[in-house]
Amino acid sequence: MITESRLKKVLNSGKFAVTAECGPPKGADPEVVKSKGKILKDHVDSINVTDNQTGVVRLSSLAACALLKAEGLDPVLQMVTRDRNRIALQSDVLGASALGIRNILCLSGDHQSFGNQPQAKGVFDIDSIQFIQTVRKMRDAGEIIGGDKLTTPPQLFIGAVANPFADPFKYRATRLATKVDAGAEFIQTQCIYNLKRFKEWMGLVSDLGMADKVYILGGITPLKSAKMAEYMAKNVAGMDIPEEVINRMKAAPAKEQRQEGIKIAVETVQALKEIKGIHGVHIMAIEWEEVVPQIVEESKLFPRPQV
Amino acid sequence: MITAERKPIKEIKEMLAPYKKILVVGCGSCVAECAAGGEKEVGLLSSALRMDAKASGKEIEIKEMTLDRQCVYEFIDQLTEVIDQYDIVLSLACGAGVQAVAEVFPKVHIVPALNTTFLGETKEAGLWVENCRGCGDCKLGVFAAVCPVTRCAKGLFNGPCGGSKTDRCEVDPDVPCAWQLIVSRLEDIGRLDLLRKVHPPADWSKQQGKGPRKIKREDQRT
Repeated sequence: MITESRLKKVLNSGKFAVTAECGPPKGADPEVVKSKGKILKDHVDSINVTDNQTGVVRLSSLAACALLKAEGLDPVLQMVTRDRNRIALQSDVLGASALGIRNILCLSGDHQSFGNQPQAKGVFDIDSIQFIQTVRKMRDAGEIIGGDKLTTPPQLFIGAVANPFADPFKYRATRLATKVDAGAEFIQTQCIYNLKRFKEWMGLVSDLGMADKVYILGGITPLKSAKMAEYMAKNVAGMDIPEEVINRMKAAPAKEQRQEGIKIAVETVQALKEIKGIHGVHIMAIEWEEVVPQIVEESKLFPRPQV
Repeated sequence: MITAERKPIKEIKEMLAPYKKILVVGCGSCVAECAAGGEKEVGLLSSALRMDAKASGKEIEIKEMTLDRQCVYEFIDQLTEVIDQYDIVLSLACGAGVQAVAEVFPKVHIVPALNTTFLGETKEAGLWVENCRGCGDCKLGVFAAVCPVTRCAKGLFNGPCGGSKTDRCEVDPDVPCAWQLIVSRLEDIGRLDLLRKVHPPADWSKQQGKGPRKIKREDQRT
């Protein structure tokens, strides 16, 4: 039984952390979650579970985290402010801690118009930064919004996301700093294909004195095909895939494109290891979890440290 | 102003179907400015209804009237003389106007001809945009006179989401990212520091805390 966040322990011990993403199924079968957990278990420190990503209804992230926890994994509960008001968010934060979940990633969430419930009312009672601050106050001051005291505060390692590739570019580093001020202890970034821009952003982050104040995990999404690269570049908001990456995927024969995508991912992980202020990687292999062990091994990040 | 759009003619006809004598009442204020419910639109809609009735061999009688405002009793009172002579009132006011008339004449059947949409500005001829949600707690002073509650699709208070690209909103590329506007306007006036502090959760009770809101001013009551 893990009583502390494994992710926190790995990062605090100065080791290069590896997390991966697990998307819950569009159904009620717990086995899907468990089998994804099994694939990832030995190769990552912790597993993020997405919260109705892109506004599509899926098995709840809180339930999936509880399932993974029971399998001996260290889940990272992703929670968006799109679907819950402050009453529900704070209640679920307490519930997560009670279930033994020790990591939370606070997001605003993809807009509901992108998903399969476009007629839904977007809640957005509070935003991601206010949510980070709320969880931090619940944990450290034992207090909810409005000042009421908790009988027992939640125990959670608090994370946030950053997208170095969205605009306005200069403000992006400031935004990360504001998230850290609000209480974020670790950051997982949008997937990185444009290393030049990522390094530029990290420079700005360091200039703000943030590189030593927060653990930053670089986002990795292996490309399955040239078509996927082109689709993501065109249609996924806030995604930056440079022409040369797309061309490299296109140059590979169709049958070898997956291998090329893995190769790019491994090279990116290697490059990230060399950047000052990067403390780990977050691998988001969308509906392709089985590739994660290979990427981790080829990046020489296996075996994972025992903490 | 309050903006509105006329309902599809089919929906209007369905509401009027059982009735013969129809009073069509426009409003000369906001909905006239946005060309949905003023005198001109009352005339156009009434003609369309008459022609349609004639084509389908139905006999109807329509009277057209347009009040300066349908949300203020002094103007609504102009209907007192005539309203009893009609089976139904078709109101081309905003939702506030329709309900104000209904309140004054509790026994009259009144139906809306418009879908009331938002508080906005006339951007250019034929283009109206939403820029206020009437949240009851205006923060335009902090946000460089760009309202994130209304103009950011997620209503974020602490900067742009990860989907802002080349100054467009990810939800609709026709819409500028409100946060891009806020950041560049604050940059221009040298006040980016206003964004460095965490803006606390909003007090939505000022918008919807206890059901419908009211403003009561003793100095205005006689």
